[in-house]
Amino acid sequence: MSTREITYLEAIREALQQAMHADERVFLIGEDIGVYGGAFGVTRGLLDEFGSERVIDTPISEAGIAGACIGAALTGMRPVGEIQFMDFVTLSMEQLVLQAAKLRYMFGGKATVPFVLRTPGGAGTGAAAQHSESLENWFVHVPGLKVVMPSTPYDAKGLLLAAIKDDNPVIFVEHKLLYRTKGPVPTEMYEVPLSRSEVKREGRHLTVVATSLMVQRALEAAETLAQEGVELEVIDPRTLKPLDARPIINSVIKTGKLLVVHEAVKTGGFGGEVVAVIAGSDAFDYLDAPILRLAGADVPIPYNRTLEYHAVPQVENIVETARRLAGGEV
Amino acid sequence: MATLKVWNMDKTHILQTHGRDWLYKMMLIRHFEETAEQLYASGKVHGTMHLSAGQEASAVGTIAPLRPSDYILSTHRGHGHCLAKGGTPARMMAEFLGKNTGYCRGRGGSMHIADLETGNLGANGIVGGGVPIAVGVGLSIKMRRTDQVVVVFFGDGAANEGAFHESLNMASIWNLPVIYVCENNRYAMSMPVTRSMKVERISQRAAAYGIPGVTVDGQDVLAVFEAASQAVHRARAGEGPTLIENLTYRYKGHSKSDQQAYRTREEVKEWQTKRDPITKLRDRMIQAGSLTAEEAATMDQQAAEEIVRAVEFAEDSPEPDPANLLMGVYA
Ligand SMILES: Cc1ncc(C[n+]2csc(CCOP(=O)(O)OP(=O)(O)O)c2C)c(N)n1
Ligand SMILES: [Mg+2]
Repeated sequence: MSTREITYLEAIREALQQAMHADERVFLIGEDIGVYGGAFGVTRGLLDEFGSERVIDTPISEAGIAGACIGAALTGMRPVGEIQFMDFVTLSMEQLVLQAAKLRYMFGGKATVPFVLRTPGGAGTGAAAQHSESLENWFVHVPGLKVVMPSTPYDAKGLLLAAIKDDNPVIFVEHKLLYRTKGPVPTEMYEVPLSRSEVKREGRHLTVVATSLMVQRALEAAETLAQEGVELEVIDPRTLKPLDARPIINSVIKTGKLLVVHEAVKTGGFGGEVVAVIAGSDAFDYLDAPILRLAGADVPIPYNRTLEYHAVPQVENIVETARRLAGGEV
Repeated sequence: MATLKVWNMDKTHILQTHGRDWLYKMMLIRHFEETAEQLYASGKVHGTMHLSAGQEASAVGTIAPLRPSDYILSTHRGHGHCLAKGGTPARMMAEFLGKNTGYCRGRGGSMHIADLETGNLGANGIVGGGVPIAVGVGLSIKMRRTDQVVVVFFGDGAANEGAFHESLNMASIWNLPVIYVCENNRYAMSMPVTRSMKVERISQRAAAYGIPGVTVDGQDVLAVFEAASQAVHRARAGEGPTLIENLTYRYKGHSKSDQQAYRTREEVKEWQTKRDPITKLRDRMIQAGSLTAEEAATMDQQAAEEIVRAVEFAEDSPEPDPANLLMGVYA
């Protein structure tokens, strides 16, 4: 395999490109994904390469985009839709939750709805409360949907290719602040299987489960704490639903301590699910400290840079909390 | 089909009475937008912005017939609407810089500026987000038995959201005092109107709701004012909503970063040189003898200075205190 360093954004684009070459049923649909190349430039160049029949610019109609994906998927195509900012999935919710997720089951398992809906979430760009949401857990709550959140360029490409191949509707959540991050990515097609959690760094003192951008922040925190002799084990579920809990359980059995970190608001967030899974598992007996969560404050994302900074977990917060937890101060 | 009553307004008289005020407001908006762009370029702004340079006549002419007690609902491209409704440049600029003295205490930024005291119920980060809200505002006006009206601004792109249809239908069946003002600047981000809808004119969509729809030269502040006045009159008289389409153009890119591959420089240039709303009004007033070129230059200078003072105020203002991060989430 030949591998080189590319960005998370380029990795996603390459996955789209290769999937479209490999399977003519795959097409892209979304707002400003053609000439403009998408709000963040993910689809730049794809219109020239594949033409406007397979790179479809839509009017500003998010319910329509979701519906178009569902209808096309139901009848033999493999659409990849884009919702320009994750916040706007709110306008697609009925189609995603009441249609896409349920059609197969309601039809007695006879239909398949194989599409991927890509969308960038997250704060950190000063885009304020209506362009910074992390709504992944809304979808985690819905049987029939899969939810994927890559944290590295390698995972982004492999997971997207696996998501496109998957026969279910997959919500594929990207992060704006990860788009420019770089990492090694093979040139050829490969899949990172869905529902496989991965240990991103091994350690023996404390298990940190993190998602998306928070994986990178947790890894930075782990680097800092390693110098103090505190070893974090960082686990990235990568697919939030269906969750592969075993590696997390095994890790907690080893470390006896768990910290969950995500950017979305803490109340009702994905962290609660992870905590409940661990509390109800064979790792329970091995716990020797309370389980902690670090997550977004219960607040709409503020515009001001400093307020925004304080609204979501930063590396220093992870370092501080992990240090206390690992040091038996909790 | 319902049509808008057309009165013959005495244009000379209107210009004599309101021309200077409108010209100054349009100049103020233009300077605000150009300064905002410079501040952004100099790295002082963390966030995004959508500038309305080129669209000043739509904001000023539409809001001119409104009373202070009337409402507006604005869009992501809302600086002009806020200023035209009586917003203070200093507090807007402070919001743009994320300061505690800003209209939203630095929480909202450019895209969420609201000035409830002047009846501005807010810019909106969601395309078409204000359009259904207009129904509720209209309903409340009706239930409270006041003679207020509400103007809801939205773009050509917003007219393709499903909620647009629901809103117009509801306002029309209930005869609500809502004036729907579509600022058709020919593009929704990169999507030209010619590719996003089959109808020639967005105002034609009014027919689907049995209400009047008109298309107006949005670069002519007087034409905008005339149509808006008539729609406001109709709304106040309890005759229901009107859909107005102001044909206009945005001079700047869609937001902070935009290569503008979807349009040509020539097209932009043509609108700037041949159809600029400020030049148009100024020349017309000079021709009518109600303004001299020197006076116009002085007004422009004053508008520029007002914006300079706004920036000074904003830059001297304190940042919000992170200890108050959660302030304002609940009442
Ligand atoms: C529901 C929703 N979809 C998409 C966007 C992203 N977006 C912001 S402005 C815009 C274009 C809006 O076009 P238009 O309504 O014509 O207003 P204009 O920007 O031209 O003033 C888009 C796609 C958004 N903010 N909200
Ligand atoms: Mg537009």
